[in-house]
Amino acid sequence: MSIAIREFRSAPPPPEPVTPQVNYLNNGYSLWSWLFTVDHKRIGILYLLSITVFFTLGGAAAGLVRINLVSPTGAILTEDQYNRMFTAHGVMMLFFFLIPAVPGVLGNFFVPMMIGAKDMAFPKLNLASWYVFMIGAGFAAYAVLVGGIDTGWTLYPPYSSRYSHTNVIPGVLGVFISGFSSIMTGLNILVTIHKMRCPGMTWGRLPLFIWSMYATSLIQLLATPVVAVTLVLLMVERLAGVGIFDPSIGGDPVLFQHMFWFYSHPAVYIMILPGMGVASEILTCFSRKNIFGYKAVAWSSMGIAVVGFLLWAHHMFVAGISYYSALMFSFLSMLVAVPSAIKVFNWTSTLYRGSITFQAPMLFSLAFVVLFTIGGLTGLFLATLGTDIHLHDTYFVVAHFHFVMVGGMVLAYMAGIHFWWPKMTGRMYSDWWSRIAASIIFVGFFLTFVPQFVLGYNGMPRRYPNYPQAFQVYNVLSTAGASILGLGYLLPAIYLPLSLFFGDKATANPWSATGLEWQTSSPPLVFNFETLPVVVCGPYEYAIGVDQLGRGLPEPPGPGGSGLGGHEGVTGPAGPMNKETHVVG
Amino acid sequence: MSASTLHPPVLKHHFDNLHQQHASERLGMWMFLATEVMFFAGLFAAYTVYRMWYPDDFEFAGSLLLWKIAAINTFLLITSSLTMTLAIRCAQYGDRKGLIRNLLITAALGTAFMGFKTYEYLTDFEEKLLPTQAFYESHAAHDLETKVNPERARLGLEAISSERVRLFLCFYYVMTGIHSIHLVVGIGCVLWLAWEAWRGTIPPDNYSTVDVVSLYWHLVDAIWLFLMPLLYLAGAGMGH
Repeated sequence: MSIAIREFRSAPPPPEPVTPQVNYLNNGYSLWSWLFTVDHKRIGILYLLSITVFFTLGGAAAGLVRINLVSPTGAILTEDQYNRMFTAHGVMMLFFFLIPAVPGVLGNFFVPMMIGAKDMAFPKLNLASWYVFMIGAGFAAYAVLVGGIDTGWTLYPPYSSRYSHTNVIPGVLGVFISGFSSIMTGLNILVTIHKMRCPGMTWGRLPLFIWSMYATSLIQLLATPVVAVTLVLLMVERLAGVGIFDPSIGGDPVLFQHMFWFYSHPAVYIMILPGMGVASEILTCFSRKNIFGYKAVAWSSMGIAVVGFLLWAHHMFVAGISYYSALMFSFLSMLVAVPSAIKVFNWTSTLYRGSITFQAPMLFSLAFVVLFTIGGLTGLFLATLGTDIHLHDTYFVVAHFHFVMVGGMVLAYMAGIHFWWPKMTGRMYSDWWSRIAASIIFVGFFLTFVPQFVLGYNGMPRRYPNYPQAFQVYNVLSTAGASILGLGYLLPAIYLPLSLFFGDKATANPWSATGLEWQTSSPPLVFNFETLPVVVCGPYEYAIGVDQLGRGLPEPPGPGGSGLGGHEGVTGPAGPMNKETHVVG
Repeated sequence: MSASTLHPPVLKHHFDNLHQQHASERLGMWMFLATEVMFFAGLFAAYTVYRMWYPDDFEFAGSLLLWKIAAINTFLLITSSLTMTLAIRCAQYGDRKGLIRNLLITAALGTAFMGFKTYEYLTDFEEKLLPTQAFYESHAAHDLETKVNPERARLGLEAISSERVRLFLCFYYVMTGIHSIHLVVGIGCVLWLAWEAWRGTIPPDNYSTVDVVSLYWHLVDAIWLFLMPLLYLAGAGMGH
């Protein structure tokens, strides 16, 4: 329905909730109280700490790869070491950072809070998922530390099953085990969203982050088991010396690729969909406008989840699949651009005439939109059969998926961490430094990966340690960019922990956001809410300045970010847009 | 499936009411079953591909397996699903003795299945029905060289390749092996339920715990119902 708004405010903001004596952080300080907690918030923190370690390790491996590529003959690593290093980078980043990043940290922490539940549906399973994840990570770390794996993260047989003399089994076992953790998290979130919503939290009032987590969980549930069984078959083949991908007994290694990508392509959407959800939350909050096209954004998440299952073989256009099947997969790959584009258009329309302020979460989200768009559009080059023949397995592909995975997902993750940090820790971080960090990361990222598009277009294959002299300038540029990027990542690692000790105390709702998670104290109580919340309106009523409990919003932070007053009492958008607004739900 | 190990009252702190708790447990198990189905679907899909490519080889290989044992096992598993369902009914009515009895029968039937399966594996090992090189020393490989292939050549049919028989045997061991692991887990869960019932922690209010385990049990049963024809009856036309 459309309602006319005459006044800027429809309700006074709620009083600041009394800071409770006991919150989830100070409810027990022993190591025991953390390692055996079933509180979804503490488990989220456990995930946060562990994936930060893996991100650092994976980043260090990437740094070594980039330094090595400064010289056409390899600067510091032998060729064997180089192979192991890029495999370590891929395995660590994909399976132990990107996949658990948002579902494990932000999903665990905020899904129950955003839907007004006390906890996940299965708290013990939730804790088990972290342990399973750590066991898997332990195996993978062992594989890397005792000599590494040199198969690439894709583990294609027959090289991985027969010829590689590296630690394939422990590495694969690590990935296999951590897959179960992913399934457990997905299952938990899915059931939680279905069954644990508080009164009034209808499907049409779910925050978009919840919708994207729902779509993500579906993929985790239905795709992960397929790679699990594939990896079992691979391990059997390596151990027994005979298996179903073994060409000497009539097996087909390409079948492995099919089964592998049946998971690993949807896994790309496990990585990016939560990022889209985070961006939807932040863009609407920091432009003080209702999200444009709530239903379109929500359904496009589901659309991506469904279509994402149907296009795995576009990784195999040059693997000898039939012409007609390549044609189909090319078409379907283009199809997934539609829901992705719907999201981008809706985000852009949300920004249009909004009262935008540029705090760190917003800077990260805007960078996300830009980089994801570039990553998505270059994906179309690769989905096109003809150009893919030229670009396949070149640095163009590397640049493309880094734009989506790093430019998209890592930046969205950073945005989410910055957005929810006050809620998670009860402290504000340095506004100035966080903006600087966001800017440095954006610039460093561009400089790292744009030269790789050029390299790939000119034919430099991925995973090669050596290259012709002519490519050196681009490789040096890319490595220079990576150094800037590394510096950018270092900054949050300094100012975020410092904020725990020196940061200002955060109010309950520092960004003046509408979601339920902001309507309880920062940091939250052990069971999240003082009383059972009752939702009365849609998730993004910024135009009329009402949170999901139907109360007014506090003053948003000003454009300067330091204190209040930038909007002079206006919580909705300035200008004629505030006259008409669409109320969802 | 975070089934309750708490004493009554059975409502866990983070649920509003028992209905919500039971519905969550059931949905959680159904979602897990979806995961399991996809896990086996990977195997079935791979099997289908090769079965389409090598129909005769798979038919011959299937005829080497001991279908009579598989038939007994099928009977055992289907019966166990019945007793599992009866256990739910007992739990609902608060019939503790009946619940424990039915659970123990279910576990016993599952164990009998595993017993027969083990016997079958041992026989297979003895006959060298293995996917490794050892297969070439088996009677089956010998028969293939001396009887089956000459006969097929006489009929103008393509020879059966012992390599592809080995490929089939890979599927046989992996599929039945993974299924057996699932069954052992199932037996463990059923025995744990019986223990809980004996301790009196499964009042009628909490019967959904039995319900949830039964869902898993039925799935393991159902997967066998697909494995049995795919593996053992593939060679029914060969008569052996």
